[in-house]
Amino acid sequence: MTARDEVLARVRAALGGTEPGSMTGTGQIARSYRTGLKLGTPALLGLLTERLRDYGCTVRRTTQDQLQGAVAAALSERGARRVVVPPGLGVPGLSPPGIEIVADDGLSPAALDGFDGVITGAAIAIAETGTIILDGSAGQGRRALTLIPDYHLCLLAASQVVALVPEAIARLRPGRPLTWISGPSATSDIELDRVEGVHGPRTLEVILIEPAGAA
Amino acid sequence: MPGNRGERPAPAFLGMPVAPRGVGHLRGAEPFPAAARKALANTQLRRNLAKATSTIRAKRAAVVAELPDWEDLRAAGQAIKAEAIAHLGRYLEQLEEQVTAHGGTVHWARDAIEANRVIVDLVRGTGATEAVKVKSIVTDEIGLNDALAAAGITARETDLAELIVQLGHDRPSHILVPAIHRNRAEIRDIFRREMAGADPGLSDTPAALTAAARAYLRRRFLSARVGISGANFAVAETGTLCVVESEGNGRMCLTLPDTLITVMGIEKVIPRWADLGVFMQLLPRSSTGERMNPYTTMWTGVAPGDGPREFHLVLLDNGRTAALADPAGRQALHCIRCSACLNVCPVYERTGGHAYGSVYPGPIGAVLSPQLTGIEDNASLPYASSLCGACYDACPVKIDIPSLLVHLRARHVEAAGRRSAAAPTRWVPGAEAITMAAAAWVMGSPARLAAAQRASRAARVPARLGRARHDRIRRLPPPLSAWTAARDAPLPPAMTFREWWQRGHVVQPGAERESP
Repeated sequence: MTARDEVLARVRAALGGTEPGSMTGTGQIARSYRTGLKLGTPALLGLLTERLRDYGCTVRRTTQDQLQGAVAAALSERGARRVVVPPGLGVPGLSPPGIEIVADDGLSPAALDGFDGVITGAAIAIAETGTIILDGSAGQGRRALTLIPDYHLCLLAASQVVALVPEAIARLRPGRPLTWISGPSATSDIELDRVEGVHGPRTLEVILIEPAGAA
Repeated sequence: MPGNRGERPAPAFLGMPVAPRGVGHLRGAEPFPAAARKALANTQLRRNLAKATSTIRAKRAAVVAELPDWEDLRAAGQAIKAEAIAHLGRYLEQLEEQVTAHGGTVHWARDAIEANRVIVDLVRGTGATEAVKVKSIVTDEIGLNDALAAAGITARETDLAELIVQLGHDRPSHILVPAIHRNRAEIRDIFRREMAGADPGLSDTPAALTAAARAYLRRRFLSARVGISGANFAVAETGTLCVVESEGNGRMCLTLPDTLITVMGIEKVIPRWADLGVFMQLLPRSSTGERMNPYTTMWTGVAPGDGPREFHLVLLDNGRTAALADPAGRQALHCIRCSACLNVCPVYERTGGHAYGSVYPGPIGAVLSPQLTGIEDNASLPYASSLCGACYDACPVKIDIPSLLVHLRARHVEAAGRRSAAAPTRWVPGAEAITMAAAAWVMGSPARLAAAQRASRAARVPARLGRARHDRIRRLPPPLSAWTAARDAPLPPAMTFREWWQRGHVVQPGAERESP
């Protein structure tokens, strides 16, 4: 008997021969928890901003027509000289003076380690928990891209922000490689003292792009 | 208690094999009371534990209070886990089908020995002699690092606490903060001594120590060819695996190597993608007391051009089906390893994790470990509790740990009764067994409880005779001496809470009342 067959046989014997009934449908789990929250855009973005700042993130709020300038300002304040971007990052005409922008075309981990930072978009953000989720589609890059450089600048559109975790789960595509980011990496492993920045980018900065006229 | 490698203790329930002896870390070298006594003598450990547990308790309480629907989430979490376990076979098959359909390979392991052999063979197949690991209790459960070392493969722990434990040639003492028994000076000394290239002038601030670990591990991450992980959740519906972490070492291990090997207990499967909407709220808030942990990675098989080119999932039994066979005991398999029950446990707070002997410490460990190993190998653990109930209240999936503890005590007594009287076991005080059965009966009725509490005041007599100090009874007369051999008994109060309550409140007509 293979290990597979034996483990499955044990499972079925342990449960009393056959597993009872048919598979329970989603309807049979009492989902009385909140699955959505009616918040206006300003309240939603305000909540996200507050929660991100709680994690020690810098948040800049701007509009689409001011985006280029906001990115340039963030990079220059950071002192970044060489920055990597994924294919499909939609910032037209991004060429801040004195900063080299390199498109990722499958760079090695060692090569990625040579960049001062990375700029990406995101798939979705959760306001209540201050979470940004990347799914690897255009403008977000493969997972290594946002992992190795020490500075991550994330561009987020207001329309990508939801209030609650279950809303994000409902909108995500499960087959994609997903990275959930809630502030910079951290450890409390030494005497419960929190230290920010272990592995991964030690600085996370978010530019929130609001609808024109709202800012 | 550990016997020869691979030796199989008697099957536990319905003939289901339990985790084999001599491999992995589910059994301690000595029973809980003896180990606890040593731990209690370590003042550094007690100080660190008190700070750690009180800090995390406060953080958890704050973020749990923020959610108006916390109890709804707990109820849903409990129901989802119960459903997953009730249909475990089908969900495992579905998970296998989905992982395979997305380019992964699924392996099954009856026990620790088989899992280790599968993983060693997989690593050997890549030609690598080193693997980077993200913290995984299950790999510690099966003793994977020892098995890899025996095969000439270096397993590199990358979680800061696990690195401290590994470099210190030590054992983890907490699910969440495994090096909580070490202070900063000890950690600096371990780094200076064991970390190749460490600065001899390394300071002992947590920031400096963390930076040293970052530098030490970075080269290894960037050149790693094999990564090994556990899993927090596996979604049957989509084949998605999920690892929740804080430091980014998990992302490194899950993303950079060519080959990823993930080991998970079969109980970690959850039915649907939507269920993550529940657990991604319950776990971070219960575990680290954060609204969300810094990093979570979710992956489904292999993604071309992004991350490992090969993905292997090892599904492990190792005694889980023995727990599953006990309709009451199987609830322990609902655990999502948040460690909230450790942090609220008055016993854990004082003894720490090592005293439990198993990689699963604290209240949940006391109900899980004996089921995985067979109760005779961890017989003292179900007694390592005051049954105060704090663990039940803290559990995000509402595992009724106090009832399970009592259930396992009863099972222990039954098992011992089946063995011959010529070989009485050390951990079966007959009077205690009777007491446990009686306690269940007494607590089942308010009138019986009131009567019992009045009767317990008789125990104040020995106190007056000079046998109790500081309101503790260190030794009760036989047959109750078996109980006080492992713990002090509090002196019963002159008035019970119930009596006090009734006096201070309007007494309903017909309610019992006792004159002082």
